[in-house]
Amino acid sequence: MKALMFGWEFPPHILGGLGTASYGLTRGMAEQKDLDITFVIPKPYGDEDQSFLKIIGACHVPVVWKDVSYQQVEQTLGGIMHPDEYFHYRDRIRYDFTRIGTNDIGCIEFSGRYPDNLLQEIGNYEAVAGVLAHSLDVDVIHSHDWLTYPAGIFAKQITGKPLVIHVHATDFDRSRGQVNPTVYSIERRGMDVADHIICVSDLTRRTVIEKYHQDPRKVTTVHNAVDPIPHVEQFVKTPRKEKLVTFLGRITMQKGPEYFVEAAAKVLQRTRNVRFVMAGSGDMMQAMIDLVAARGIAGKMHFTGFLKGKQVTQMLADSDVYMMPSVSEPFGISPLEAMQVGTPSIISKQSGCAEILSHAIKTDYWDIDAMADAIYAIVEYPSIYKTLSEEGRNEVNQITWDKAGLKVRAIYDMVINNS
Amino acid sequence: MKTICLYFEVHIPYVLKRYRFFEIGNDHYYYDDFACEDRVRYLAEKSYLPANKILLQLLNNYPQFCCAFSLSGAAIEQLEQYAPEVIDSFQALAETGRVEFLAEPYAHSMASLYDADEFERQVERHAAKIKELFGKKPSSFRNTDFIYSDEIGEKVASMGYKTILMEGAKHVLGWRSPNYVYQHAYMPKVRLLARNLVLSNHITFHFSDSSWSEYPFTADKLMDWLQSSPQEEQLFNLWMGYETFGDVQKDWTGIFEFLRAIPMLSPRYNVGFVMPSMVKEEPVASLSAPYPVSWQGEEKDLGIMLGNALQEEAVKKLYSVTERVNLCKEKNLKRDWLHLQCADYFRFMSFKPTWGNTFESPYDAFINYMNILSDFLLRVEAEYPTSIENEELNELLKTISNQEKMIEQLEKELKVAKKKKKEA
Repeated sequence: MKALMFGWEFPPHILGGLGTASYGLTRGMAEQKDLDITFVIPKPYGDEDQSFLKIIGACHVPVVWKDVSYQQVEQTLGGIMHPDEYFHYRDRIRYDFTRIGTNDIGCIEFSGRYPDNLLQEIGNYEAVAGVLAHSLDVDVIHSHDWLTYPAGIFAKQITGKPLVIHVHATDFDRSRGQVNPTVYSIERRGMDVADHIICVSDLTRRTVIEKYHQDPRKVTTVHNAVDPIPHVEQFVKTPRKEKLVTFLGRITMQKGPEYFVEAAAKVLQRTRNVRFVMAGSGDMMQAMIDLVAARGIAGKMHFTGFLKGKQVTQMLADSDVYMMPSVSEPFGISPLEAMQVGTPSIISKQSGCAEILSHAIKTDYWDIDAMADAIYAIVEYPSIYKTLSEEGRNEVNQITWDKAGLKVRAIYDMVINNS
Repeated sequence: MKTICLYFEVHIPYVLKRYRFFEIGNDHYYYDDFACEDRVRYLAEKSYLPANKILLQLLNNYPQFCCAFSLSGAAIEQLEQYAPEVIDSFQALAETGRVEFLAEPYAHSMASLYDADEFERQVERHAAKIKELFGKKPSSFRNTDFIYSDEIGEKVASMGYKTILMEGAKHVLGWRSPNYVYQHAYMPKVRLLARNLVLSNHITFHFSDSSWSEYPFTADKLMDWLQSSPQEEQLFNLWMGYETFGDVQKDWTGIFEFLRAIPMLSPRYNVGFVMPSMVKEEPVASLSAPYPVSWQGEEKDLGIMLGNALQEEAVKKLYSVTERVNLCKEKNLKRDWLHLQCADYFRFMSFKPTWGNTFESPYDAFINYMNILSDFLLRVEAEYPTSIENEELNELLKTISNQEKMIEQLEKELKVAKKKKKEA
């Protein structure tokens, strides 16, 4: 079976959870030996792991026919794509995309990020999908998140093959309800056209059914999983006297950082043997610094700024408690990562991952008392720390991508049989 | 003649209120009165009162009928407070003389596993309360959740109870049937009765389960089964929580009619009734239980109450202050001490499925309990600081009490001397 996937990010160059999830899922699905995955992203850097799938960069696919020489193509593509492949696509251009600005070999430039002209970039990506749909032999099309829905729809219209869309987040999660109508209409159209919709949690599934008015029979939850951390044993806790409670993520409205600060203030009224860390950056950072000052806990609350890669894992391993008070989190991979290094997690019930974790403490995001209580308990009562740490690690090690991959495969089989 | 031994457990744990850590040291009241009252009234109206009414009718109509109860301290206290008419109805049952009330640890505690003295105190306290309410001191014993081991059996026997009720757990009975009388592993005079857990569970859990192969369960069917059992099996111990009638099995399932029909049909099948202390049969063998068993969970061991690190920490912290609390004089502290020992609170911290849990997760149950316990320990600490060793404390208290006696004596002498002086 051949699957054509449209994504926006792929490790190692990632900007958010989407890239990690895309990698994990495709990697898990590659365990099924009869499945060929072609993964399209706007702009590859050439250092992506292609051992288990084929990556196509949208910026290397010609959309406008140009009479160019082999050498010229080879030079421009810089070894990331083979010139033969380029000519294969070039000879199958069926539409006139000259309105789009292209380079000398007829390819579109992509930023591969989330630029201001994002909508234009989405449209360009759609054009590339048109060329690919005419060039490739596929059985099923799979679009990850709203940016790639138009591409998926176009490919479906051309090939007549079933389209599966994967909802990693909706605009309702990102905006706390202040939905952008343009984004909504793109999302809505993708869901309407799709043969099946995969959601990363039941929470997201409910949003899709209730806010996007989809038929529940067409919407299935496939929970995300987590990849094992390489050399996890090297991340050990640095011994220290005081306990460490950590918030890690973008400091934005969606993540509920103010609830973390308020809970910290409550805990510090009672016990001084604990420090709080807010790692990450975001548009609410200044507001949080002000709030910390107003609560008079600046001496106990530390802002580290943006962390990446191993720093993140080390920070998690050093913590005694990891907190994710997200107001709305379609899935939320970070508590699973914390649990992988044996750090107890407190998560909001409004997070998708709460649906599959039993060895984490779950509270409502607004329930500061409950969060403070849980922090206090973990730092004061040794057995709850030990149990959450050990049982949590065992639990999270069972949540693997190959299981999620099998669920996605079952959906593929279903939509192919139905079409 | 085959006989049925009916026994019902009446226990209602106090509902602990939501107790956050910032209340530690400030708030010394731990119970959700509204939820307690709600639960007690519900059980009284749906289960206890209608069931007691039926039992009283049965006792009046069928002279061969009898049954047994045990009421936990928490149940008695809460019934007295919120549904005193239930106590009255139990007293009416007791007056027939054919209802036996068993002894158990007053606090529905696991003290038998941790502190023999505390255990004894609670059993004595419970027995006294039962005598006060129902006019008769209990003569048979059943432990909290039927926790039993050879050691506990020995301890219970030393308190004067010759009949002990236990769970008919497979790993103790082995190939043996629960429908005989057994004896303690090394004290032949101590009689053990084992619950017939299959039949008992059919009533409690399968009665209205239409997917069960034997559904519907009727009194006729029960009698048929008893009759068709091997001739030598004479005693059928049907023991269950009293809330089986009207709560676990709602009234519309016909559970009350089932209860009513049992004594009605019994003469036809030549089946009689017996109370635990009236069981006549001689023991057929001894049962050895080196490790404690209980009626909880699938494993019938302590796994549900004490199977994980959370439960262990909580129970160890609790029983670390037994001696100190017993030195204390403060009434409220002593009352809380008993309430906090209730085994249900530990059961709620289990990762295994367990009934009646009001907490969202084992962690939630643990956090709430530990916060309350922390406050309780602070109060004990305030009375008798932990910086003083227990023995030292005992010595000091002894000195004080000796000095008091001495002062008394000296005062007496002084009086006498003064009198003499006056006379002189």
